[in-house]
Amino acid sequence: MDTSFFLAWINAIATAVQAERDHLTQLDAAIGDADHGANLDRGFAAVRQALTDAPPQTPGAVLTAAGSALIRKVGGASGPLYGTAFRQMGRSLGDAAEITPEALAAGLEAALAGIQKLGGAAEGDKTLVDALAPAVRALGRAVQDGTKLTDALAATEAAAQEGARATVPLEARKGRASYLGPRSVGHEDPGAASTVLIFAALREAAGQA
Amino acid sequence: MDAQPEAMVGIVLVSHSAGLAEEVAELVRQIGGAEVPVAAAGGTDDGGLGTSLDKVSAAIERVDRGAGVILIPDLGSSVLTAKLVEEPGSVVIADVPFVEGAISAAVTAGTGAPLAGVLAAAEEARTFHKL
Repeated sequence: MDTSFFLAWINAIATAVQAERDHLTQLDAAIGDADHGANLDRGFAAVRQALTDAPPQTPGAVLTAAGSALIRKVGGASGPLYGTAFRQMGRSLGDAAEITPEALAAGLEAALAGIQKLGGAAEGDKTLVDALAPAVRALGRAVQDGTKLTDALAATEAAAQEGARATVPLEARKGRASYLGPRSVGHEDPGAASTVLIFAALREAAGQA
Repeated sequence: MDAQPEAMVGIVLVSHSAGLAEEVAELVRQIGGAEVPVAAAGGTDDGGLGTSLDKVSAAIERVDRGAGVILIPDLGSSVLTAKLVEEPGSVVIADVPFVEGAISAAVTAGTGAPLAGVLAAAEEARTFHKL
């Protein structure tokens, strides 16, 4: 996976976020402050702009630039969280020109660690970690088993999706939804839903490569 | 910048709302003293509800007199954004009620107390009872 692969991934996320903007906002309207779709869409528009203005030369630089733009432009909690995730992943990839599946898996582990350190959420708190953590585990397992990359990323996306669906019956313990207590039960976490889009875009980018 | 003996700790109010941050900053200046460096960093760059890393960074620069800066976030993304700019020993977050913590911090900062002292004073506001 080279620089253009990672650019394709980020562009696919931006396209998906734009398409799902209203859906994400509806999910957030149920238990949050109804801005997740709009915030992420604004953030990824800024990411696209940043990548066009100063095209990064390595996969790591693509992710670092994307993370920085998200931190600066999203405005909501998802900005610092996703921004930190992409920056930590970028740092983990270093300045390598070609990324192996092992390095990709390690990078996503770094992303998860960064998010958990910043936000303090554990699995089961009804946050994006509930989709991200199982996806990172699924990718790690698949890579270890030597699974073909496209199959590994399909399994990763499926794990994220399952994790996001599993947030429906949970009671939120982090973020705006936690103020609702038991009334947050019965709704899918919007952050977990947007995390699924990120992994769907990753599988899509691998399919095109 | 070297800390001068008379340098005061700066205070940055980080809020989702530009109006809320500004008004609390004004209240702090009235009650805590006009000489205490206080800056508001509220709302997004385009004037919406949310937090702006650029606004927070600029506010820290405005109030940094060399004695350190206390960030007082309200909630959610304000806390996360503040955590991104934290620098142990010089830029620290006070986990305190927004209004009471800001005033408590400002009154103590006005005495020329060092960063740790201002932080401790702010944190006392967490257990302060109104009745």
